[in-house]
Amino acid sequence: MKAAVIVFPGSNCDRDLAVAFRDAFGAAPAMVWHKETALPEGLDVIGVPGGFSFGDYLRCGAIAARSPIMDAVSAFARKGGPVLGICNGFQVLIEAGLLPGALMRNAGLAFVCRDVALKVETASSPFTAEYREGETVTFPVAHHDGNFVADSETLARLEGEGRVAFRYQGSNPNGSMNAIAGILSENRRVLGLMPHPERAADPALGGADGARLFRSLAGAAVS
Amino acid sequence: MKAKIHVTLKPGVLDPQGEAVRHALGALGFAGVEAVRQGKYLELDLAETDRGAAEAAARAMCEKLLANTVIETFRVEIE
Repeated sequence: MKAAVIVFPGSNCDRDLAVAFRDAFGAAPAMVWHKETALPEGLDVIGVPGGFSFGDYLRCGAIAARSPIMDAVSAFARKGGPVLGICNGFQVLIEAGLLPGALMRNAGLAFVCRDVALKVETASSPFTAEYREGETVTFPVAHHDGNFVADSETLARLEGEGRVAFRYQGSNPNGSMNAIAGILSENRRVLGLMPHPERAADPALGGADGARLFRSLAGAAVS
Repeated sequence: MKAKIHVTLKPGVLDPQGEAVRHALGALGFAGVEAVRQGKYLELDLAETDRGAAEAAARAMCEKLLANTVIETFRVEIE
């Protein structure tokens, strides 16, 4: 299985994501610098990692979303290739127009860094097939701008089409509308989420609930 | 020409930072600040010499990058 991780100046979860991909897929992913204009041939999945791309200048993810490589990432997603955006990667995918809504400053204004309980809202996606719908998993969050906002029409569509993949359980760490932690694109092939499954992908990291997200991707590529 | 661009949150979009500023102003004794909306201000020096073309270019820049039109509006002044 062939994966790529897009790397921007200021990405800092790219290597963690590469390890999670490697463990689940059995091969190290290609690390693709943002200035590239083409992706490696025959890719099965793309990861857009967390971090502080371009120092969060202008808006989180805004500059990265206009990087040269992003045209190829968008084309890959439009053809149905799975694209996973975590934290800053989620912000990048929203800014690139691959996912709807916006991610604003946390309602409490503080940077939130802790484990959160998440409800898996759908198992029907290449990212969540290995989870049970309705089960609770624990991933860490670490962000300042994860407050998901969308107009009421978009929100109703996301809910109606079962495109909320993960929802915060218990306390909402950032004020997200409907406690949304992660959403799917219309074709369910793009997932963006604020919590970090790659930081919970091995028991040595304090939890392994995130490993199934990567195993789901491995299964989706085989089937 | 110079383009002066104000980017602000759309009405109705909650602005937790503006709200925190309003609280701080109140704590400093500035009474009667009923609302604060925080935004961004950008100044662009443009090679363009035609006013209309400069404004059209600046507006396109706002649509494409400088503002997130899901949550923000912008205002362009050309000098």
